[in-house]
Amino acid sequence: MAGLLNGPGDSGELIGTRDPTGPRLIHERGESAVRSTLIAVVSTAVFLGVVGWIVVNSPGWPAVQRSFFNGQVFAESWPVIVRAFWINVQLFLIAEVLILALGLVLAVLRSVPGPVFFPVRALATIYVDVFRALPGLLVVYILGFGIPGLGLAGVPVDPFVYAVLALTLIYSAYVSEVYRAGIDSVHPSQEAAARSLGLTRFQALRHVILPQAVRRVVPPLLNDFIGLQKDTVLVSYIGVVEIFRQSQIRSAATFNFTPYLVTAIVFIVVTIPLARLTDVLVARDRRRGAASAR
Amino acid sequence: MSDVELQPAARPPAVLIEGLHKSFGKLEVLRGIDLAVDQHEVVCLIGASGSGKSTLLRCVNLLEPIDAGRITLEGVEISRRGVDVNRIRRRIGIVFQSFNLFPHMSVLDNVTLAPRRVQHLPARQADAEASELLTRFGLADKRDEFPDRLSGGQQQRVAIVRALAMHPDLLLLDEITSALDPELVAEVLGVVRELATGGMTMLIATHEMGFARDVASRVCFLDAGRILEQGPPDRIFREPSEARTRQFLDRVIAAGRMS
Repeated sequence: MAGLLNGPGDSGELIGTRDPTGPRLIHERGESAVRSTLIAVVSTAVFLGVVGWIVVNSPGWPAVQRSFFNGQVFAESWPVIVRAFWINVQLFLIAEVLILALGLVLAVLRSVPGPVFFPVRALATIYVDVFRALPGLLVVYILGFGIPGLGLAGVPVDPFVYAVLALTLIYSAYVSEVYRAGIDSVHPSQEAAARSLGLTRFQALRHVILPQAVRRVVPPLLNDFIGLQKDTVLVSYIGVVEIFRQSQIRSAATFNFTPYLVTAIVFIVVTIPLARLTDVLVARDRRRGAASAR
Repeated sequence: MSDVELQPAARPPAVLIEGLHKSFGKLEVLRGIDLAVDQHEVVCLIGASGSGKSTLLRCVNLLEPIDAGRITLEGVEISRRGVDVNRIRRRIGIVFQSFNLFPHMSVLDNVTLAPRRVQHLPARQADAEASELLTRFGLADKRDEFPDRLSGGQQQRVAIVRALAMHPDLLLLDEITSALDPELVAEVLGVVRELATGGMTMLIATHEMGFARDVASRVCFLDAGRILEQGPPDRIFREPSEARTRQFLDRVIAAGRMS
């Protein structure tokens, strides 16, 4: 909630006191700061109350309530659904580690200079282009059904493996572009300084350029991580019983949509803190940028 | 570095530049530079912005590939294709106008990065040597600070120490006071004077004429990519033989850059 109060889109009239640029200049005394917080709380409560009253008293409300907000179905399905979410957590944690590694390798390969390395650059570029072009679900399908369907010896049959693989292939393409933007944002004079001391190109990359580049792209990387978390539901299509598949099962069993609501809540609860963390990091970066600007 | 030579010709020049040409696209920046810097000599390059001073220094450090000519370091040609540039750069230090310290590293790490990674010194030894250098240049208490906590003058002194930590045979200084507030210039030039007294061979691009007059054994005036005239500072500053040199110095004096 704190981040919301500070958000740039929030209107000063409604929330009032926390906006560091606007109202604070006007309400300098602590007394009036307390007052405007109070006004904000009251007006928010009144606003939500009115909206809530309108919704609950609208003609279609009983049907909506039965279908989406069934207390009994909610109570029965949430333990099962939260347990299924553990599969998604494993998926996105394992995939994220692989994505961060593969994305970095791709970004570095794409920036290797010299005509000799043209094929390397070209291959890395094609990889990124292809996997950014393909719909995620298509990759999941092709890998998850196609490869085990070949019936080759030694090929894993566990759909979880293909789920991790598909997500890694898709997201590493995006993440490599993020890294590349970070690498490009480090001024060439940094490499010149490193090389002038006798460091090799690789050493300059490893010790001077990448540490600065990665620090700068943490917020967009977190953004992609949020996207990955949500896209883990795609693998429900190849037989991994994760949160979305489980909520489908519960929904079919109860003839009710409340299990989907549970799933929605789970994703919101997990994703919003990460989004706020991203905001905090961006703000911190901006402050630091301003401090070190010469 | 070495003992005083009894016979001046016994050692080849620290650096010898012959017929150096360099263009950026259609822009010809260096148009035939011939210059020798002897051991323990301090040569100052003066000239208007765009006359090629910085480019010349960057070519000597092999940061820019050259189009024609030869650069020889202590008798060994370094401008050939296929030379190990990393090996050569260890012997040539360069300090830049904009410091170019590594912002994500402490002062100590900035200084020890190359000794540890390039010369493979053990961390403890690299730290000890760096601390000694930092102390010598009045930066002992900044050891663990990050660059953005230092003044411009302090940053530039750290950059000099970083270059010195590799024990270079030749030090290139590329307008190292141009990005500094006027009151910080003296502390940096003081360091360079100390190095000159200690016998460091230096090639210095500078706009500080008073400093060039004090510290240089020889001054070269660059104009449009050529060395138009060179000689001892007294002669260049007092009675330059070229009209363009005189014009340049008049402008500099009018701008208050020479006392």
